[in-house]
Amino acid sequence: MSTTEIDRQWTTRLRKRVAGKLPPEKLLPDTQPAYVSSWIYVFGVATLAALIIVIATGCVLSIRGPLWWHQSSIGHFVNSLHLWSVEIFFFAMVIHLWGKFFMGAWRGGRTMTWMTGCVTFFASILAGFTGYVSQTNFDSQWISTQAKDGINATGGGSIFNVLNLGQMLMWHIVLLPLAAIALTAVHVLLVRVKGVVPPYEEDSEIVQ
Amino acid sequence: MSWLGSIIPLDHLGHYIHWHVILISVGNLVVIGLMVVTFIAALLLPFPGRGGRKASK
Repeated sequence: MSTTEIDRQWTTRLRKRVAGKLPPEKLLPDTQPAYVSSWIYVFGVATLAALIIVIATGCVLSIRGPLWWHQSSIGHFVNSLHLWSVEIFFFAMVIHLWGKFFMGAWRGGRTMTWMTGCVTFFASILAGFTGYVSQTNFDSQWISTQAKDGINATGGGSIFNVLNLGQMLMWHIVLLPLAAIALTAVHVLLVRVKGVVPPYEEDSEIVQ
Repeated sequence: MSWLGSIIPLDHLGHYIHWHVILISVGNLVVIGLMVVTFIAALLLPFPGRGGRKASK
């Protein structure tokens, strides 16, 4: 195979493109800009850490099933870990969102970083909602019967039936976790490609 | 969890704040308040080791 043919392969072109955009030293840098030394920059990674616990405890709950998480002490404990890691996930994500909003984190060609974060937030809300209606208890019955009227008013009830436990559970444990993980991965990679947004005064100095 | 029940009554109806069109449970309002306090604290509290690290761009 000639060099020209090798250069035209999609694998070669993709590798060169990825290596150009995200070399290893940019993917896992040794140092960070000085302005990152602030507590407000901690909440992005805190959200990520909470997401890892959410996924891990969700996997354990999937293995053992509803009877286990409703009836056994360890099941209650893992169920609580799942719930409280979700609480921390949203708590940290909202503070991360506020921080990035007031920093104008979409500046400097970071529109896609901002937008993937927003879409991840909405996907996470849907994941939280489908989790609430998948608990198989009185809470989930109450929430789903209340929510059906809202969803039906939008016309979405024909394809997204909140009273269908099987459908809600599948969305909660397959589709939405896949979406949340994929979006988070793209979001983090974009942060590494574009770097952390500098403060406004730092940004204006760079422009000058 | 009995110790928690002795501090917070968990077997009663939740408390709600109703002001014009706004209806929110006290629990949710407390969480929003904690987020605001944490946000302000994150901006004001000094970060450990600040100034001692090498900056890079």
